[in-house]
Amino acid sequence: MRTTVASRSSSSAFMRFCRDYGWAYLFILAPVLLFLVFTLYPVISALIMSFQHYNPMNTTWIGLNNYKTLFQDDVFWKSMRNTVIFTIGTVPVNIVITFVLSYFIFQMKNSWQTLFKATLYLPTVASGVTLSIVWIAIYDPTSTGLINRFLGLFGIDPVIWLGQSSTALFSLMLMNWLGSHGAGIILYLAAMGGIPKSLYEAADIDHASGWTKFARITWPLLKPTTLYLLVTGVITSFQVFISVYLMTHGGPNFATTTIAYLIYDTAFKFYDFGLASAQSFVLAIMIIIVSVIQFKFLSSDVEY
Amino acid sequence: MHSKSKIIMVTVASVILGLWAIVTIIPLYWMIIGSVQDTTLSATYKPQMIPSIWSVAPFERFFSKTSAWRWLFNSVFISAVLTATNVFFGSLAGYAFAKLKFPGSKTVFWVLLSTMMIPAQVTLIPLYVLIINVFNLGDTYTAIILPGAVSVGNIFLMKQYMSSLPTSLIHAARIDACSEFGIFWKVILPLAKPGLAVLAIFTFVTSWNDFFWPFLITSSDEMRTIQVGLASFVFAESTDYGAIMAGATVGALPMMILFFSLQRYFLQGITIGAVKG
Repeated sequence: MRTTVASRSSSSAFMRFCRDYGWAYLFILAPVLLFLVFTLYPVISALIMSFQHYNPMNTTWIGLNNYKTLFQDDVFWKSMRNTVIFTIGTVPVNIVITFVLSYFIFQMKNSWQTLFKATLYLPTVASGVTLSIVWIAIYDPTSTGLINRFLGLFGIDPVIWLGQSSTALFSLMLMNWLGSHGAGIILYLAAMGGIPKSLYEAADIDHASGWTKFARITWPLLKPTTLYLLVTGVITSFQVFISVYLMTHGGPNFATTTIAYLIYDTAFKFYDFGLASAQSFVLAIMIIIVSVIQFKFLSSDVEY
Repeated sequence: MHSKSKIIMVTVASVILGLWAIVTIIPLYWMIIGSVQDTTLSATYKPQMIPSIWSVAPFERFFSKTSAWRWLFNSVFISAVLTATNVFFGSLAGYAFAKLKFPGSKTVFWVLLSTMMIPAQVTLIPLYVLIINVFNLGDTYTAIILPGAVSVGNIFLMKQYMSSLPTSLIHAARIDACSEFGIFWKVILPLAKPGLAVLAIFTFVTSWNDFFWPFLITSSDEMRTIQVGLASFVFAESTDYGAIMAGATVGALPMMILFFSLQRYFLQGITIGAVKG
């Protein structure tokens, strides 16, 4: 008797739980399943693989050997160096360019704002493959290439932009600077529009200079946007792949081999899945550390 | 004095903006203009900023040398399916996280969100092994679509967007004895239309432009998307400048047309749910 009551009440509690929350769990079921199969399982599997010599027939456990191998590998360090140079050389520069362009657009009348926003946004919708193909043509080492032709007007000899190690990485960075700032501009403009006019009016009453207004009002209030662009920019830049793969193949002499490209090479050219997994974990840890540092340093005074 | 410095500032700003806009547009202009000049006609002819000979021959060669029509079909099909699944499941989950209270809601959301920090390279190899060896799905539409069926970024965007919708309507619908799914379908979705439109457009463009995963998981020519096919064409055909530019144009032009026809959504849309402040 007692047990039936207990089981009935527990089953009705379960029913009530289902009735109250069942729908909600059903609504999030698809993404949770996808997360378990296509994210969680692969992450765990990659971690295990990074301690193995992977072979579909005969996988052997080799402990930290993959990590030892990669830390002794000159190409790995070179790819780290290239990735860091590329990131430091592009992300802050791009944020400054985006900010200046947004600030200028913000001074314009509405119809001009739309024109500039649309024009500067356009390359964002072109694919990485398309842009890489076009830039291969622009960097063409003969006098057919657009840049060499432009330099030729000033009597400068053609440069082998992508084909020599001294200019290859710079060429990829230049392409990145001149690429699209569209998404960032739209975020900055929305944030600039959200700054209350009364703040500037109050500053005018105090005879604040233009610089003071910028440093005390505009910049601090745009900090969340800057932080967002910085974090997403660094994460994207650490994983730069398409332009490297299509334009330089990581060369010449590994001058443009980034970590993402190295991982691809290790995994799908040499089929060393274990070593590639170890490399990918080093990349993941770098991304997580850098993201956390950025949040710590920049978000401390974001709340106001 | 004050208005004079303002005028100077606006003039300088216009000039810099104008120049920068030209620099931004030149690569795309160079691509399109390169695709309508036939460089194979003469050994000395170089592509010009303003072409002297117009020709559609590069496009004809691109389409005859490749399975570009098939690649375009694949891209349209895959992007359309990914858009549908992302809009449906993304808004469903976003709604649940924003408006429904259930145990573990916050934890699940943050776990999902934190996966955005994991670089694709980490999951790539096991994912590849899983799809090819375990599920035996190599070189199929399913393999290209399934891992991206609903992205965490889209759920996040929808959660932010759904949070701004009035809760009172949901309560009213619940009193009218709507089922929870009925509320979502009949009340929430119509209200969220502007947000869904933005989500759909961005998902379509992202899927269209995606390269790495379809590139890795496809092996036959007829399963390639336009981006993957284009990359293979460039490697195979490094001499036919006009055809290469025509291919690049074919890969980009549909999205540029989409951009011009739906500009409003592109230019305002990105700010929904991005950052506050």
